[in-house]
Amino acid sequence: MPDDVLPAHARLQAAAARADDPRRLNARGIALSLAGRRVLDGIDLTLGPRGVTAIMGPNGAGKSLLLRVLHGLVTPDAGEVRWGGQPLSLAVRRRQALVFQTPVLLRRSAAANVDFVLRARGRDLSARDGLLRLVGLDGRGATPARRLSGGEQQRLALARVLAAEPDVLMLDEPTASLDPASVLAIEDVVARTARAGTRVLIVTHDAGQARRLADDVVFLNAGRVVETGPADRVLRSPGSDAARAYLSGRLVLPETPSETPRS
Amino acid sequence: MQDMSEALGLAIALIASGDADLREIVALSLYVSLSATLFSCLIGIPAGALLAVMRFPGRGALVTLVNALMGLPPVVVGLIVYLALSRSGPLGFLGLLYTPSAMIVAQTVLIAPIVTALSRQTLEDLHTEYDETFRSLCLTRLQVMGALIRDGRFALVTAALAGFGRAVAEVGAVMIVGGNIDHLTRVMTTAIALETSKGELALALSLGIVLMAIALGINALVQSVRSGAARGSYA
Repeated sequence: MPDDVLPAHARLQAAAARADDPRRLNARGIALSLAGRRVLDGIDLTLGPRGVTAIMGPNGAGKSLLLRVLHGLVTPDAGEVRWGGQPLSLAVRRRQALVFQTPVLLRRSAAANVDFVLRARGRDLSARDGLLRLVGLDGRGATPARRLSGGEQQRLALARVLAAEPDVLMLDEPTASLDPASVLAIEDVVARTARAGTRVLIVTHDAGQARRLADDVVFLNAGRVVETGPADRVLRSPGSDAARAYLSGRLVLPETPSETPRS
Repeated sequence: MQDMSEALGLAIALIASGDADLREIVALSLYVSLSATLFSCLIGIPAGALLAVMRFPGRGALVTLVNALMGLPPVVVGLIVYLALSRSGPLGFLGLLYTPSAMIVAQTVLIAPIVTALSRQTLEDLHTEYDETFRSLCLTRLQVMGALIRDGRFALVTAALAGFGRAVAEVGAVMIVGGNIDHLTRVMTTAIALETSKGELALALSLGIVLMAIALGINALVQSVRSGAARGSYA
């Protein structure tokens, strides 16, 4: 499969050494309360411009919410998110993409879903076939998107966001509830996208997936970052009790017994 | 005055023979009501999309008002449009009163709120589903509205057909602004009212049959649009 449809990137290669590289994240003191509950509690996070970061943690830890805050979909009560030194403006956010756990596809054909983003970004529609091929959906372009299987829908969602040529690709548990073949197909595209220069942040519960994809791991518990580090180190010998308990499959009880939002 | 079965027999014979008067009345009815439906869609669908997407002070009240306007009594619409189009009215200079154009205006006023309210509901539901994805893609409001209208197209056809059904069946508004003038502004509903009062039941009944067939046809069309949309998983 060709990688020439992937975003990038002499521009990104050249930017990597610079402080204003749009893939450099600097988040300070992110705090957010929902319904009186502190769901993000003073998160500081600095990420370099390259690689794949897995955000892990138990349900209700705040992983999905953190991703939305970093992408500007949710505004925190306190704190600041900067990418390449810039606050989250529309121009910054347009260079990012988010794949949701449950893809919301347009009520159109698979091809028209990709075309929609290509058009929105002012790109030539000739990129469409390459993107569909990249995610293994060549020949399925004319199929109504919502007629595709769950795994195919998520791959189409991935092709659709890649049509925007993002500098930063965020994925929120993209392979939860998919079969192993679909999981591997999606991981393959994510890995190649990262190799092409796109910064990847992926929320996952799957330690195996983190091991296969991630260069480093950010571990959240109860709205706080409890551990960060290289993936093989954190996954093999976690330094925090919460990460150790989570990775060994032991139950981590939430600090306050309340309804937990989707992590 | 014929009896019921005799009138029915004559009515069917009238339809079967393709009576010129009957054809003219049916054609004018369809012309007026289809035109009103077209204009209502041109107004109502973008307005519905705006109401679905925009958040502004007073929006709730506006939505309530549009919903309430769905129940406008046709005779009141006829009266208001009559006042506006009559010689001393603000639009009197157009000279539209007692023309098919006046009837189109009246029916447009009558059904534009229906198309607007139904479009707003459909597109708002769709917007709720798409909102996070669209915000992530950083679309402009115009792009969002365009995408919602395109993806809600099957439901919007249903909204348009609901408006057409109301327009073609109403009698009060077209009677007042059209005047039910023979060969000029006589449509099915006004003709039925007139012929019935004259005791000419055959023509009244034959027009009634055509009107019912149109109503049934609209329902069948709505059903087939819905099932077509479901087949393609576009509903």
